[in-house]
Amino acid sequence: MSKHFFDQFLFVALPYVCLFTFFLMTIYRYRMQSFSYSSLSSQLLENKHHFWSVVPFHYGILAITAGHFIAFLIPRSVLAWNSHPVRLYVLEVSALIFGLLTLVGLVGLIVRRFSNTKIRKVTTPTDWILFAMLLVQTASGVSVALLYPWGSSWFATSLSPYLWSIFMLSPDVTYIAAMPHLVKLHIVLAFLTIGFFPFTRLVHVLVIPNPYLWRKPQVVRWYGYRK
Amino acid sequence: MNIRSQVSMVFHLDKCIGCHTCSIACKNVWTDRKGAEYMWWNNVETKPGTGYPTKWEDQDKYKGGWETNGNGKLNIKSTGRAKIIPNIFHNPHMPSMDDYYEPWTYDYQNLFNAKEGADQPTAEPISLIDGQKIDVQAGPNWDDDLGGSPIYAENDPNLKGLTEQQRMQLSSVERLVFFYLPRICNHCLNPCCVASCPSGAIYKRGEDGIVLIDQQRCRAWRSCVAACPYKKTYFNWFTGKSEKCILCYPRLETGQAPACFHSCVGRIRYLGVLLYDADRLEEVAKLPDDQLVEGQRSLILNPHDPAVIAAAKKAGISDGVIDSAQKSPVYRFVMEWKIALPPHVEYRTLPMLFYVPPMSPVQASKSDDTIHHDTEDLFHDIDSARVPMKFLANLFGAGHEGQVRYALAKQKAVRWHRRAETVGDVSRELADRMLQEANCTREEAEAIYKLTALCTFEDRFVIPPMHREQAIEMMKEPHEHREEAGFGFVGGLRRGL
Ligand code: SF4
Ligand code: SF4
Repeated sequence: MSKHFFDQFLFVALPYVCLFTFFLMTIYRYRMQSFSYSSLSSQLLENKHHFWSVVPFHYGILAITAGHFIAFLIPRSVLAWNSHPVRLYVLEVSALIFGLLTLVGLVGLIVRRFSNTKIRKVTTPTDWILFAMLLVQTASGVSVALLYPWGSSWFATSLSPYLWSIFMLSPDVTYIAAMPHLVKLHIVLAFLTIGFFPFTRLVHVLVIPNPYLWRKPQVVRWYGYRK
Repeated sequence: MNIRSQVSMVFHLDKCIGCHTCSIACKNVWTDRKGAEYMWWNNVETKPGTGYPTKWEDQDKYKGGWETNGNGKLNIKSTGRAKIIPNIFHNPHMPSMDDYYEPWTYDYQNLFNAKEGADQPTAEPISLIDGQKIDVQAGPNWDDDLGGSPIYAENDPNLKGLTEQQRMQLSSVERLVFFYLPRICNHCLNPCCVASCPSGAIYKRGEDGIVLIDQQRCRAWRSCVAACPYKKTYFNWFTGKSEKCILCYPRLETGQAPACFHSCVGRIRYLGVLLYDADRLEEVAKLPDDQLVEGQRSLILNPHDPAVIAAAKKAGISDGVIDSAQKSPVYRFVMEWKIALPPHVEYRTLPMLFYVPPMSPVQASKSDDTIHHDTEDLFHDIDSARVPMKFLANLFGAGHEGQVRYALAKQKAVRWHRRAETVGDVSRELADRMLQEANCTREEAEAIYKLTALCTFEDRFVIPPMHREQAIEMMKEPHEHREEAGFGFVGGLRRGL
């Protein structure tokens, strides 16, 4: 298998399959099985370690995901920000901190799930696969940050154009062809996670409450219409 | 005025015998399934006692209910709007299963499969969650009848403000006393569970006020569990959804009383409609503690008042519902006689389950191994009752004794009245004076007596016609509706995705 073909498969075919699965199955599952959209909290069963793993993990991953999105959406602004070394350092260090927070939280989550027999009862094989994927993904992300510094800049110059080429339906793998293997692993796993998303408990991120902040405190439903 | 109808309840505590039939009826019908084993939508606890979940009334720990702050606003104590966002991953006030108990069964197989040995095999308790052996430390009604016990009764949060002497009186052996408090969801007018739900999954039914959790929309944020001050929403650990008492609405809709009401051995339970003004809810929920009981009463409208009837009709409340509101036993207990009081009204959820506070035996003292009653009265003075007034006031009067005293005095007067009528060893004059002091007439006393002691099924449960089928008629042709959906869907079904 030529390297070229391999790249095409991993960075063009796979992303499209994963994105397609993501959109199709997420909507399908919401329409057919709205009931299954739940964060499936296990706080009731174990309330102490919960805080120390769930909280760092969520804050970490939210910040990291937001960072990736920003670099993807507004690469030029990120580069402009980074033109000043101090600002670049601040960005890099905080990204690393959030990455480590995610990693620590995730390891905590896995240990909690594994060591508590009650929580193991509410953990499915899918959950374990997802944990493994997220663990490798987070670990590879943190390693990339350590081994190949200034990621916020090279993400904006190389990865962002690649991702845009995918979304603009004219995939161009030349941007990332020369990337280190670790980065490539991170990219492939990211798309796999997106494709796996609708089959996992991750769907709960899509039902984060938003009208709550605006709605009236009391909710009343009428069966018929009201005169 | 925004008139709504509410299916409301009265529990007459003087009649509860603590048999737990109600709990079992509910368990068998609704919560005997995986994930719900530990839930008791109906539970009966011994008071003084710590209850279920343990010390649920201790809001310093659980942070349930509403609080009024300086700026005249009502806030959810646990996680209101501002606080839910940062706390959505880990609810800081969520009780854990240990606060309830870990459900268990017994390893019966061991009785058959145990290896031959010197000892008889035993069926050890194993957890219903993970199947591991457990050392059972708590369970449903673990403190049943343990009034006076140092680990349970003495930790009752309602003992706050009682003098040392009153506490002693509650627990010293010869004076020990307890009563039962059956509890279900109060289907509150200002429910904290509803207001706290980030998904908007919990709602009050417009027509009858029953509070339900939409299982399709619950996303397991667990806010309601922390927010309900009565701890009457429960988290199903298996389905990952919250659940609560549904007031047996499928039974109500077919004209039957809820299972716990139907099965109640002591016949302590009454159910009926109250009409209330929904526009004034917030205003009333913000009143100072000592005005809350009266304030809540002021929301409830007189169903015999022609102006109220006209307004109710205008609001779309059907004649059948108005008719049952007029016959409602709850209206009589709460509004006419004023002897049924809301529990812990200081939580400000405006509960629509009211309790008739219990009478208790007379105080006694012990000397030379004999027990003396401290009062010679036939029906003692309510202030020398063994359950201190302050304790009942903490439960049913937000700490204020006035309303509780009124309710007990009236009950006492009814007893004097009946004693004069039937036994005759009490003079009529004395009985009448008692009645007068309790702001009661002979007719009223007779009515209270009848509805308390001689009540039939029909007297206790005045179930409004729920008009679910007519609700469809108002929207569309019933035939058209029948073609559109079988069951389970309120809207019509469309072909395809
Ligand atoms: S008792 Fe609790 S669960 Fe029931 S309506 Fe009131 S706040 Fe909600
Ligand atoms: S069935 Fe009735 S009498 Fe028995 S415990 Fe329940 S409420 Fe009390």
